[in-house]
Amino acid sequence: MNGHIWKKSTWNSKLVSSLALALILAACKSTPMVDKPAAVEDRSPAVASAAKPAETAVAAAVDTAAVKEVVIDSNAGANSNNPLKDPNNILSKRQIYFDYDSDAVKAEYRPLIEAHAKYLLANRAAKVIVQGNTDERGSREYNLSLGQRRSVAVKKSFNLLGVQDGQIETVSFGEEKATATCGDETCAKQNRRADIVYENE
Amino acid sequence: MPTVRIAVFLVSLGLSAFAHAALEIEISGGGAQQLPLAIVPFTQSNPSPDNISQIINADLKRSGLFRMLETAGVASRPSDISQIKYAEWVALQAQAVAVGKVEALPGNRLNVSFQLVDVLKQSQLASMQYNIAANQLRPTAHKIADAIYQKLTGEDGIFSSRIAYVAKLNGRYALRVADVDGENAVTMVSSKEPIISPAWSPDGSKIAYVSFEKKKPIIFIQTLSGQRTVLASFKGNNSAPAWSPDGTKLAIVLTYGANSQLYTIRADGKDLQAVTKSSAIDTEPTWSPDGAWIYFSSDRGGRPQIYKVASGGGDVQRVTFEGVFNLSPRVSPDGKFLAMVRNDGGKYRLVLQELASGQVQVLSEGGQDESPSFAPNGRVLLYATRSGDKGALVAVSSDGRVQQRLNESGGDIREPAWGPLIK
Repeated sequence: MNGHIWKKSTWNSKLVSSLALALILAACKSTPMVDKPAAVEDRSPAVASAAKPAETAVAAAVDTAAVKEVVIDSNAGANSNNPLKDPNNILSKRQIYFDYDSDAVKAEYRPLIEAHAKYLLANRAAKVIVQGNTDERGSREYNLSLGQRRSVAVKKSFNLLGVQDGQIETVSFGEEKATATCGDETCAKQNRRADIVYENE
Repeated sequence: MPTVRIAVFLVSLGLSAFAHAALEIEISGGGAQQLPLAIVPFTQSNPSPDNISQIINADLKRSGLFRMLETAGVASRPSDISQIKYAEWVALQAQAVAVGKVEALPGNRLNVSFQLVDVLKQSQLASMQYNIAANQLRPTAHKIADAIYQKLTGEDGIFSSRIAYVAKLNGRYALRVADVDGENAVTMVSSKEPIISPAWSPDGSKIAYVSFEKKKPIIFIQTLSGQRTVLASFKGNNSAPAWSPDGTKLAIVLTYGANSQLYTIRADGKDLQAVTKSSAIDTEPTWSPDGAWIYFSSDRGGRPQIYKVASGGGDVQRVTFEGVFNLSPRVSPDGKFLAMVRNDGGKYRLVLQELASGQVQVLSEGGQDESPSFAPNGRVLLYATRSGDKGALVAVSSDGRVQQRLNESGGDIREPAWGPLIK
């Protein structure tokens, strides 16, 4: 699942190289909280998500697996040996943009797709989640389907290059995770995209 | 198209309560004239934040069928039929008058009584009495509005029904249930992740909805009393729940590793059955009232259009041919009309298509209108619109003549679903 990815991208903005905070985050990651069904009425998310991990932080600190994850977290931005993170490597490019109401992967993204396919074939344990997104025009449910179609189109591009389904998961956020919301075409085209996200990133 | 709608309107009204000659609706300017109606402020001895006559007035006004008369200039304030001076109401050109009173009873209870009167015939049309707990004034006002509406139109009133919608505030999403006038809003569930596609069970006790709380769309069913279960959490996306009319199963949309397809599943999460098998997008299922058909949107012909398929699966028939594309079908409660969102030249607007004739009536000016939902009597539709980055709901009469906007202060609301009549 991409649960960790989204959680982490939210948390990364809060990471201020504080070990205590890192441990709390690790605890949060390692506890079932991440996949716990949301409380029926979760009125104070800030208090709830800060308080709960703090209670379990002590237990998590002696859990070596959890601590190890913190190391990965804190190095995430600085790992120049990781080709996926190297801004000079095409593997750090993850966005594929689409035309309006279209799931056609444009020719300009061929080098990007080929690079990730090559990486996946060389690293059989690696897994990607392809997240489809759309602009806000049209209905939410249809956009959910359209976002899925985009993620499937990217998956098929990988399949054609020999990557098996076991290394790829397709999901859609439809129009619900628009990154740009100005309402006109400049924003809309940023939202018509699929994001390639590696598991455990 | 308007002539067809008006004819339907006249037949239904003419054969029922409007057989009273004095209350017949006149047609002028291509539309039905509103019936002039006066609600005399009820005598209300107890202090209450809820003004019962104002609530009744607002309900009936919103229906679009009545011209609500200002009563402040009338000398007398009758609270019982015996006190009515008919000349005053004839002078006001009222065709019907409602009078009533609220009296305190021992044990923090109230006695609410009202009478509805035909002014020209000087005869009583309806009379009701309610013995209620003191905090039930507002729901009782809606019941009285329902009774007046039913007596004057011959159709069920909808003022006691409830609506559900999703509110986005401070980056959080809340599924809320409110009275049909927007009051008494209660949050059923809230989350940091999006919630979409609420759908009422036919008995009004549960709502199915899609939540992204596990970072992908999953369908939940939640009772109004707060019990929450997962209906569908299959690989890929799980979305677009639609209850069958008998409430035993739902049409849903699943993707697995491919495109959206229609399935049915029992309300307890068992017996998953594929309904469509295509390489296209098939989504937004909605049932015909007899349960025989599922209407849905699909891009199998290129751009998305509305299609229908037998609810057990089978051949697919195309239903819409006009418009650049059509989305979000909803069948009217009588099964005769299909509401949908049409894109014409980049504008998304609500339209109503008569299924038998294919004739189409435009219901909204258009822009970013979406998510139509029929009132249980089919007379009004609720839809979502956007102004700037804020969402609001609009209630529009099914003849397109009366519109009313429902806002939530400071909030961004969307995804309306009109609940069933609870009798």
